[in-house]
Amino acid sequence: MSGKIVTGLTPSQTVGPFFAYGLVSNGTYAWPDAFSHDLVTPDASGERIRVVGNVYDGDGAAIPDAMLEIWQADSQGRFNDPRDTRGGSNTSFKGFGRTGTSAQGGYGFETIKPGGVPGLDGKLQAPHILMAVFARGLLLHLYTRIYFDGEAANDTDAVLAQVPPDRRATLIARRDADGAYRFDIHLQGDNETVFFDV
Amino acid sequence: MTLVYPIEPHHAAHPKYLSPDYKSSIKRAPQKPLVIIRQTMSELTGPVYGHEAVRVGDNDLTTQHAAEPLGERIIVHGRVLDEDGRGVPHALLEVWQANACGRYIHVRDQHPAPLDPNFTGAGRTQTDADGRYKFVTIKPGAYPWGNHPNAWRSAHIHFSVFGHAFVSRLVTQMYFPGDPLFAFDPIFNAVPDEQARFRMVSSFDLEATQPEWALAYRFDIVLRGRDATPMETQA
Repeated sequence: MSGKIVTGLTPSQTVGPFFAYGLVSNGTYAWPDAFSHDLVTPDASGERIRVVGNVYDGDGAAIPDAMLEIWQADSQGRFNDPRDTRGGSNTSFKGFGRTGTSAQGGYGFETIKPGGVPGLDGKLQAPHILMAVFARGLLLHLYTRIYFDGEAANDTDAVLAQVPPDRRATLIARRDADGAYRFDIHLQGDNETVFFDV
Repeated sequence: MTLVYPIEPHHAAHPKYLSPDYKSSIKRAPQKPLVIIRQTMSELTGPVYGHEAVRVGDNDLTTQHAAEPLGERIIVHGRVLDEDGRGVPHALLEVWQANACGRYIHVRDQHPAPLDPNFTGAGRTQTDADGRYKFVTIKPGAYPWGNHPNAWRSAHIHFSVFGHAFVSRLVTQMYFPGDPLFAFDPIFNAVPDEQARFRMVSSFDLEATQPEWALAYRFDIVLRGRDATPMETQA
């Protein structure tokens, strides 16, 4: 009956293999996407960047049925969310993007490089993009962070400092020959990407 | 400035990444320990949508085509709540599901059950100011999958939900009460805690039934987070 009292978190379940037509149709199915891989708005200030990569399983095989979501501040380090009480973003840049991986396991986001946002100590964190990874076989999505190669602030970032030094490189996107920032995701293996328990 | 936001143990409710009975988890579950970090403003904010994300009628999966889909028309409704039981207003919900025969329109679902030209199986809505939502759809069928010999998924509707913050994000599946396949479904049973597992099962809701038209099921969803407004303090 309707009087059921619900307490406690609702458990997570995998997105399964068939989410594309509902979440990342990308014109393939008769259902419009709510979100895009392209976050750039005409009024967004800052450096336009591409973030590209592949998602791999424990055999090194590319994963064609993963979904990636990113969340980031604008170039001024402001989030387009009223909970950012510093005044929020002054552009229409929303800072949220979603895409599915291709048949070859690849993905790409068009966005702008985020500014620094405050950490728990009040100091600016190094510029970063949050990413959530969903896939068939993942019963709970994974959180990671994309940092940028060459940022001096990486050396003092409080979150990176908590990552074992030999694994930090998995969180640093590096420019490829095309000028895009490459950020591959390895769910397992020697190069397993650092995922966060937040 | 720092944001103070209570951190609650949340893993007790969720499946383990490695749940070997669910074969796809074996090569995809991370093997190294997750790095525990405190939530910063990045984790405690989240996307805000305009009305452009949801069109009128997107919550009715039975009216997206020229005619009505075949199957048992149902109402699925409930509330999106935070951990204090308060409704989460304007939360975006997205659903996708198989048709009444247990077939998805996804190109990779090739099992021998018919597609329904009048059913896509995707829907979207936002909660109201009290966190309430409602979908009208068709009761999905069970379907076979390749996980193990004679494997069948319990009938379910996939839910994707956004809450207050990026760490409130939830993707889950809603099940139907009394499904005889529960005991044989490794995805359902990947949730180790039985009470938590049955929070994914909707309840039959006679009061919300629309006479002469559709039965109703209630599915309340509880997301991480205790308050819509994290407290601001001076560092």
